[in-house]
Amino acid sequence: MATLQSLDVVERSATTVPTPQARDGVPKLAKLIDVAKCIGCKACQVACSQWNDLSEEVGQNVGVYDNPADLSANTWTLMRFAEQQRADGGLEWLIRKDGCMHCEDPGCLKACPAPGAIVKYANGIVDFISENCIGCGYCIKGCPFDVPRLSERDNKAYKCSLCSDRVAVGLEPACVKTCPTSAIKFGTKDDMLEYGEKRVTQLKERGFQNAGVYDPQGVGGTHVMYVLQHADKPENYVGLPAEPQIASMVGFWKGLSKPWAAALLGLSVLGAFLHYVTHGPNEVDEDHKNGEEV
Amino acid sequence: MSPTSSSRRELLRYKPFDRMLHWLVAVGFILAGLSGLAFFHPSFFFLTNLFGGGGWTRILHPFVGVVMFAFFLVLVLRFLRDNLPAAADAQWFSQLGAIVGNRERPSADVGKYNGGQKLVFWVMVLSLLALVVTGVVLWRPYFAPQFTVDILRLAVVVHAVSAFVALLAAVVHVYAAIWVKGTVRAMTRGTVSHKWAAHHHPAWYRKVTGSRT
Ligand code: HEM
Ligand code: SF4
Repeated sequence: MATLQSLDVVERSATTVPTPQARDGVPKLAKLIDVAKCIGCKACQVACSQWNDLSEEVGQNVGVYDNPADLSANTWTLMRFAEQQRADGGLEWLIRKDGCMHCEDPGCLKACPAPGAIVKYANGIVDFISENCIGCGYCIKGCPFDVPRLSERDNKAYKCSLCSDRVAVGLEPACVKTCPTSAIKFGTKDDMLEYGEKRVTQLKERGFQNAGVYDPQGVGGTHVMYVLQHADKPENYVGLPAEPQIASMVGFWKGLSKPWAAALLGLSVLGAFLHYVTHGPNEVDEDHKNGEEV
Repeated sequence: MSPTSSSRRELLRYKPFDRMLHWLVAVGFILAGLSGLAFFHPSFFFLTNLFGGGGWTRILHPFVGVVMFAFFLVLVLRFLRDNLPAAADAQWFSQLGAIVGNRERPSADVGKYNGGQKLVFWVMVLSLLALVVTGVVLWRPYFAPQFTVDILRLAVVVHAVSAFVALLAAVVHVYAAIWVKGTVRAMTRGTVSHKWAAHHHPAWYRKVTGSRT
């Protein structure tokens, strides 16, 4: 992947020179997950493991429909089920397809210390180039959505690739292809936003006053978006953050302080050397005898 | 004088065991520092080549750090008493400008360590403590999974800042040893000259030679 699409790489982890910029006008793509249309059948989960050749170990039922219980190195997408009580006392399922959001400003990429282990393509997809991964887990600290998982088998981080391999040859992601209710759509980000707004209008007509598209601007928008029935309460969708942002700790750690600190370390060595050549060594001169000082 | 003193004209400053400890810590510190810096900023990533690539650097760094810290602890216990604050320290710091400017008129009654050396000692103690604690928290795959992501974020910042402080202290420490002639041999051969001791550490000199109090 990395070499095939290198002209399309617009951001590369731990790289301080510009990536190739020749191509222009590559359309931004996005996946839109319409939570209101999702029936929780998990066909997308199956399609994801099938296309990517991933198989999760068979686990235990933990008392909810979530299965497996969490994202993992082998589970890149997962339906999370929240049973909510409505104002009128009735119950409703909020079923969220969890996985990488493909942030426009990806915290994982910012945090990664290994050159080229995480890239962002011109179309907006954030991809882990696993052969460059060193297994430090910094991406986990960078991600505002708690997505990347380190494999116990090979100590490399994994997450949804938005089927970058399929998208590169003009196919839609496996989950999109398989969804029986067309709750998952894929196309240009503009088209998806437009379609999302149409769905929001429909939902509002049906009484979901707070319906909305989830495209959080704190991370520059995302290339995986949701249509939520209750966009005013994203937290109700099993921990979807209301205002996701790269943590301030991570901003400080990976921000301006680093190049300055690196420069200061170098300058301190240079300073010491210059001190030596300007002031000379500190030598005990011959006059000092047995502690008889001036 | 101890019988290991190599000659009557020289004073024993460090016993073989202390010298060995010091250099084990030094080698460990350099290896931990170089491997850690590789992750600190992309401009240092080339250092992973010294350790067999990114994966190996990531694996080795914490092990090196912990082994180094174990030796460091013993060193600290052995050097602790001589590094407790004393009256001469403030006096020494008040002359810092003259000392650094190489215009020293020694008047502080310095013991085995001067104020600057004690400062380096305590900065190292605190920063290495912070490094070992946060480093273990960050250690994958063994310990990091037990902590929440917020703790990990804090730990990595504290680790990076402490490493920066420790490395700066190390630059000061190494340069001071090179700059003050006759010092390196204290750690390589164990001995210093009478003149060196009387000039830089008069109180210590009187103590070890038993000369006028
Ligand atoms: C004492 C035991 C130590 C442990 C257990 C430890 C552990 C770690 C771990 C787990 C990391 C994250 C990267 C990785 O997984 O390898 C790390 C990063 C780092 N370590 Fe250590 N370390 C120790 C000591 C040191 C020392 C003595 C130094 C410097 C003198 C140092 C400097 C660094 C630096 C600069 C980083 C990169 C931080 C960043 O990315 O901002 N470490 N250490
Ligand atoms: S959701 Fe997390 S893993 Fe995905 S792009 Fe954003 S920061 Fe990276």
